Amino acid sequence: MIARLSAGVSRRSAVLLTALLAAFLAAPWIVNDYLLTVLIIILYFAYTGQAWNIMMGFAGQLSLGHAIYLGLGGYVAATLFTQFGIGPWLGLLAAIPVAAACGAMLGFLAFRFGVAGVYFAILTIAFAEFARIGFDHLSLVNASSGLFLPVKQYAHNDLWRLRGGPTMFYYVILAATVFALALCHFLIRSRVGYFWLAIREDEQAARAVGIDTFRYKMYAVMVSAAVTSFAGVFYAFFYNNLFPEQVFSISRSIEIILGPIIGGVGTLFGPILGAFVLTGLAETLNSVMTAFGLDLPGATQVFYGICMLLVIVALPGGVWPPLARRLRVMKGKK
Amino acid sequence: MTALLSLAAVSKRFRGLLAVDQVSFTVPEGAIFAVIGPNGAGKTTLFNMIAGAMTPDEGSITFAGKPLGGLPADAVCRRGVARTFQIVRPFMALSVEDNVTIGALLHRRDVEAARQRARALLQRFDLFDMRARLASTLTLPDRKRLELARALATEPRLLLLDEVMAGLRPTETDRMVAILQALNRDSGLTILLIEHVMRAVMALASRVLVLDHGTAIAEGPPEAVVRDPAVVQSYLGAEAV
Repeated sequence: MIARLSAGVSRRSAVLLTALLAAFLAAPWIVNDYLLTVLIIILYFAYTGQAWNIMMGFAGQLSLGHAIYLGLGGYVAATLFTQFGIGPWLGLLAAIPVAAACGAMLGFLAFRFGVAGVYFAILTIAFAEFARIGFDHLSLVNASSGLFLPVKQYAHNDLWRLRGGPTMFYYVILAATVFALALCHFLIRSRVGYFWLAIREDEQAARAVGIDTFRYKMYAVMVSAAVTSFAGVFYAFFYNNLFPEQVFSISRSIEIILGPIIGGVGTLFGPILGAFVLTGLAETLNSVMTAFGLDLPGATQVFYGICMLLVIVALPGGVWPPLARRLRVMKGKK
Repeated sequence: MTALLSLAAVSKRFRGLLAVDQVSFTVPEGAIFAVIGPNGAGKTTLFNMIAGAMTPDEGSITFAGKPLGGLPADAVCRRGVARTFQIVRPFMALSVEDNVTIGALLHRRDVEAARQRARALLQRFDLFDMRARLASTLTLPDRKRLELARALATEPRLLLLDEVMAGLRPTETDRMVAILQALNRDSGLTILLIEHVMRAVMALASRVLVLDHGTAIAEGPPEAVVRDPAVVQSYLGAEAV
């Protein structure tokens, strides 16, 4: 397994990755609580960005409604926890099939009836909006008043029930991000990954070499949805509350895709780098504004917009490809 | 020789226009069969029906003893019919090697085995040295050979070529002709080509079908067909005689 995962990783990349991972593992001893929270948010976006990238970056299917898988994952695990006392890891076992089934339903409708391109993107928004409005009226999950997880002062971290301090959450999301990177690395070098790339590049040509495009697009949506659902579980247990208006909102979907676009859609490391650049710079901006006593609501959003514009104009392929060439870890493809 | 592909009274209508009208022909196993005709004769429509991009309104298409008509393009390819596109469509942002590897993965589970197969094909088509380049950086003749390599990687019994010579200079045409002849000779690959370049048709085809306004007006060996008065009249022009 290790041999398979390390296949196609150059010595240089392996060294850099190990150094980066070591820095991340050591971070809680070095940084303060505020910075640790920022790192948690960065890793959360690195994780969700990678999940979204499977669908868009690999298979070329633009989802603008990924909040639906986030919300479903969060609601399934949180409901099982509050109603039946079932822990989040078992809850995840329920959240994954629910999110994947939702992805399959969307995929079936779209791909069976030839909904593609922008119309597909609109359909993904529609699904997220259906979910938002539906959950707003679902009394089982407290409808629009929101679902709250019990919060107590914990004497010690309970990893099994995901109750504890930021350090525990930090390591959980770090592990998830590493897992997602390994999964994406494995997927893109597999038969399925090659077929996804073919579909992304030219669907008709993909069919001409015998690829059952319906089937492989379905796989892409379902895998992406399943991976995203864990981020929802994490979100629910980290923030301890869920409101349909928040977790299913379009801005949740948009913030998931910002990182990969800044970092580089379709690349392995782009979503991680993008999360860093975006959240890192936004937090710096916040601190600077606080230091100068400025209070400008919406400044972060304006800042995100400017970042997007700059990247689209100057580096349409994202920040990662040129940086990878600089670091000499790119092999000329992907 | 047994029939590998046979069409029986195949028709396709686009609203009022009868694009292909009751066309029947048989391609024997191991043959190189050419379909020629003026623009708008229905060649590409005929091609698309065989390749699964369009469904015939009437008639039947049989490949290796089984009906093919109405199957989607990917299923047609899995049956053993590979195609190239008139306007080449390589996977632009992928490397030359990855393009062909994807084709070879159709009948292989293992990526490394598919890569080996792809490299062998790239050697054969003089693309090996540019295997790491992106397909988008290739010139048209190279792209055409790349698309041919990708199609062959799916291990077809029948290769459909849609104007593969279009846009090639005469020396490049001769090179492509040599490649196709070698493929046919060495592996017994059956080839059906739609072609405008008569130089290539005369050199390659063992049998030619001429379409005009959707109907077959002549069929036979190339030397006989080009002397057929109806063909001269409708397609080649009097000066070609």
